[in-house]
Amino acid sequence: MAEPILEVRDLVKHYPLTQGVLFKKQVGAVKAVDGVSFTLAKGETLGIVGESGCGKSTLAKVLMNLERATAGQVLYKGEDISRLSGAALKAVRRNIQMVFQDPYTSLNPRMTVGDIIGEPFEIHPEVAPKGDRRKAVQDLLDVVGLNPEYINRYPHQFSGGQRQRIGIARGLALKPEIIICDEPVSALDVSVQAQVINLLEQLQGEFELSYMFIAHDLSIVRHISDRVGVMYLGRMVEIGTDAEIYEHATHPYTQALLSAVPVPDPTGREGRERIILSGDIPSPANPPSGCRFRTRCWKAEERCATEVPLLAAPTLLTGDARHDSACHFAAEREVAAA
Amino acid sequence: MPDLIEKNVPAQGAAGSAEPKPEKPRSLGLDAWHDLRKRPVFIISAALIVLLVAFAIAPSLFTSVDPRAGDLQHHYLTKPNYLHFFQADWFGYDGQGRSIYARMIYGARASVVVGICVTAGVTVLGGLAGMAAGYYGGWVDTVISRVTDMFFGIPLLLGALVVLNAFTTRTVWSVVFALVALGWTQMTRVMRGSVITVKQSDFVTAARALGAGTGRIMFKHILPNAIAPVIVVATIALGGYIATEATLSFLGIGLQDPTISWGIDINSAQKVIRTAPFALFFPAGMLSVTVLAFIMLGDAVRDALDPKLR
Repeated sequence: MAEPILEVRDLVKHYPLTQGVLFKKQVGAVKAVDGVSFTLAKGETLGIVGESGCGKSTLAKVLMNLERATAGQVLYKGEDISRLSGAALKAVRRNIQMVFQDPYTSLNPRMTVGDIIGEPFEIHPEVAPKGDRRKAVQDLLDVVGLNPEYINRYPHQFSGGQRQRIGIARGLALKPEIIICDEPVSALDVSVQAQVINLLEQLQGEFELSYMFIAHDLSIVRHISDRVGVMYLGRMVEIGTDAEIYEHATHPYTQALLSAVPVPDPTGREGRERIILSGDIPSPANPPSGCRFRTRCWKAEERCATEVPLLAAPTLLTGDARHDSACHFAAEREVAAA
Repeated sequence: MPDLIEKNVPAQGAAGSAEPKPEKPRSLGLDAWHDLRKRPVFIISAALIVLLVAFAIAPSLFTSVDPRAGDLQHHYLTKPNYLHFFQADWFGYDGQGRSIYARMIYGARASVVVGICVTAGVTVLGGLAGMAAGYYGGWVDTVISRVTDMFFGIPLLLGALVVLNAFTTRTVWSVVFALVALGWTQMTRVMRGSVITVKQSDFVTAARALGAGTGRIMFKHILPNAIAPVIVVATIALGGYIATEATLSFLGIGLQDPTISWGIDINSAQKVIRTAPFALFFPAGMLSVTVLAFIMLGDAVRDALDPKLR
């Protein structure tokens, strides 16, 4: 693996639950992200998957320093950026940018496209001198496949896919090294999704970007990612290369998730076994003891309630099945891959 | 990539065909303006307001009669001559023999000045307080909201009576002061709610992710997107402030006699309503039309600015 550009260690984000109007008293916490660790290598794409409410978007916000981490470290090139503020934080922001989920709300409707893409240059004037900004914005529009003459148009004059391209151009403006994509295509039509994904891949090659790609569409994540992490209830339950996760999943949750992926082949679909999980995802304010997945797991035993499984490669397994998996009983299981 | 660009270009052409080649790209505000121009309600109310403002700025263009010159030869008993267009006796004379027509024209100034100044003051003061409360949240919000609640508990008219009683001589400015001091809370609430909604938008998060400072986020991103409901409420409230000024003047606690106000005229005319109803009708009618014009304008503006209708 290439040198790590971003290293996340035991990252925790708790949102306090308070009671009382005037004198607020903390009565608990929503454990949105609860001890997540991973590394992102230079030029790599790390996919993060998981169902709604598992903490994917919170993780992105904490990495972007839009939310303060409760505990843990985010190391960018060895420096902890999770505690930075002021000018130091502003400097780091140049290197880590974000593409948002909904292209209809992520662009200010009162600003022209030129103003939106040019705003990074106004905030960080050292990136592009004043005279060159218009040219720089037009270049960015060209890079993301939009007509540079659209610089004076407003966002509502564009389609969803075009707006997402504008959002990507804004993210690229500061020439960042890392781009965090928070479900960048889930609000788009399937045909447009492919265009945007291809654009992201092409830009990665052109600008040597590292992506953290958050999504819930497993096939898209497999397509774009080098490595994939699976999250459940604020924890990373399994992480590995896309072959390791998609072909040799060892965590029961990952297996259940993969078995739910729609298969376009009717004969294959009938032959395959679907794992139907019982119950709902527990409340992140009051997660189960031990393994968080045990309340819905068919393998759960006494041990799972008392002992938290660590994210580590199971020593008993060999080959591709031997990758980080947070399960006491990690084992492969035959599932049709996406 | 080149093939992607080529594929994309015709798609953009198709998207643009809904609006056949606009020579200038339209902002949302410009769109609203284009929409407004086609609304009869807007045209009528705007025309009325333009006329009213003209009365206020240059009343002498509409009448050469001095509205303060009383000639007791004329009195309520001199019936108006409705065929003497634009002349002193067009709408008759009031109890002191002053031309009702001239007073109707000159009375617009007090109403328009009070209406516009109070609205401006209330929007700036209330808007800033609401923005601070909505943006910062926490204890700033708590303090501002509680103060707002306290002011909200004071009835506007009763509060204004008390405040204005403290002035020995009351001018237009003392009325403006009283109404701004008591009325800003309405705008604070509207602005606060609006700012809280906009603050959570992705584009604000995106600006923060770029490293934008508080000033830029507040005034470039939040304010332009949060101001629309405030404009609407302000336009509608403007009519209300004019009515309040007239009410206060009617009650004898607003403007005082050398100043010409419809409220004062309504007050003096009520005693002779049976013998000279015209003395009441014209200032009261003018007041109603003015208030209605601003409320209709507010309605039209709300329809044009409402993003749900776009």
